[in-house]
Amino acid sequence: MNGLIRVVPRLDIKGSNIVKGIQFDGYRVVGLAEEVAELYYNEGADELIYQDTVASLYRRSIDLDVVKKTAKRAFIPLTVAGGLRTLEDIKSVLRSGADKVAINTAAVDQPQLIREASRVFGSQCIVASLEVFRRYDGRCEIWTDYGRQRTGIEAISWAKKMVELGAGEIMLSSINQEGTGRGYDWELTRDISTNVPVPVIACGGAGSVDDFFVVASQGGASAISASSIFHYHYAKSLDKEHLKSRYCLRSGQQIDTGNVDFMMEGYGGIREFQVMPASIKKVKSALLEAGMRVRV
Amino acid sequence: MSKSILIVDYGLGNLFNIEAAFSSVGCSVKVSSNHKDIVSADRVVIPGVGSFADGIKGLHEMRLIDPLREFVLLEKPLLGICLGMQLLLSESEEWGVHQGLGFVEGRVVSLKQPLPGVLYKIPHIGWNKMKVRQENKILKDVFLSQEQDFFMYFLHSYYADLEDTSLVMTETEYGRDTFCSSFQKNNIFGFQPHPERSGEVGLKIFQNFLKV
Repeated sequence: MNGLIRVVPRLDIKGSNIVKGIQFDGYRVVGLAEEVAELYYNEGADELIYQDTVASLYRRSIDLDVVKKTAKRAFIPLTVAGGLRTLEDIKSVLRSGADKVAINTAAVDQPQLIREASRVFGSQCIVASLEVFRRYDGRCEIWTDYGRQRTGIEAISWAKKMVELGAGEIMLSSINQEGTGRGYDWELTRDISTNVPVPVIACGGAGSVDDFFVVASQGGASAISASSIFHYHYAKSLDKEHLKSRYCLRSGQQIDTGNVDFMMEGYGGIREFQVMPASIKKVKSALLEAGMRVRV
Repeated sequence: MSKSILIVDYGLGNLFNIEAAFSSVGCSVKVSSNHKDIVSADRVVIPGVGSFADGIKGLHEMRLIDPLREFVLLEKPLLGICLGMQLLLSESEEWGVHQGLGFVEGRVVSLKQPLPGVLYKIPHIGWNKMKVRQENKILKDVFLSQEQDFFMYFLHSYYADLEDTSLVMTETEYGRDTFCSSFQKNNIFGFQPHPERSGEVGLKIFQNFLKV
């Protein structure tokens, strides 16, 4: 018997805020990490992805306090990603409430990290994160540093290598689709999921409830991650006074954590998103109606 | 009377989430690897994430096996979660054969790989059904439906194959296996899935454990 399809909201973190971009760029602030995590837990999320968007790029460490606060508020599994480079880094996030860790950039720099980490912590908690860019000629390549650095590595062979080294799961993000609402790259998901024995989490592109079904049925995804579709359903705009008075959005930190205009005025720059927002419950009941097994 | 538990720290496992979950149900939690603490605790939880060999090695090196044995002889409630549950068994076949604590007779064995043309994934990651084989006070009020089944979160490639199947509380189906997903032997409880990450169901199980 197969497992249940998991619906996994993805929290892209900058500072203490959740941000949302398009193709990994142009962030809008949509809420505070632990508050949104708790909301999604109560709404029926099966697990959560916590992706620090800049730790890798700026070579800085993930903020463990934010991880702890987030893990404490949601009694579902948390996969933490972003800037994890050493066994010590992995240990510290696992001891701060992560159930699994996902690694992309450091795995490209030093693939043996995946082998060592899976021996020490067990394969089941080591997730290989693949950020994949589909080129105009169809070739799919691994990029690193939250969709910023090209590597020239071909995606399917890389996925196989990660599993051979011990990764117990693949988190597969399509850079082209991410944040666009044009649907998942289900062909890429299928090409990866049929070539590895471990579960694949599909990320990037959900624009409607139907997209979830397509990537699960055609793409063979074991878990489906999405953010815009949920964030824009649940995010409440704040009045300016509230934003000023409440520490939550800025947390006393410098305002380097993304564009807050969306939360203030429902506007976040010139790029429009093509997403039809939906609740987690709506997505799950649609999957159920289509004959997929989900937890309700 | 305030309830308290002790989480055994033997170097492995995400103690943080188990601690947070027990705290959220109003229980005082101590994380310790001290012998006296363990023997004198009201209730003990053995967590665990990682390989069986590393787990047993950790217990050995920190000299925690004797205090745990003593604790069990006192018939106080013990809860093993995931690898912490597997360590309670006689032996495991993960990366070679290793001896376990032997509190419960049985062997930790691997989930079967899929046959050609059949698609399911190993490790078993995600929510799955707990099919109740016998009612138990630790499962009180966790049932969602009249069929008495409920969902919990799994993250594993190995499971406990018990010699005495009358100890089995719940079974779970995955791939080609139907395996024991939780058991009780006297005051020893074992769960393959993670109650601390299984939402309201898991919190209820922790609450029930405090009443055992």
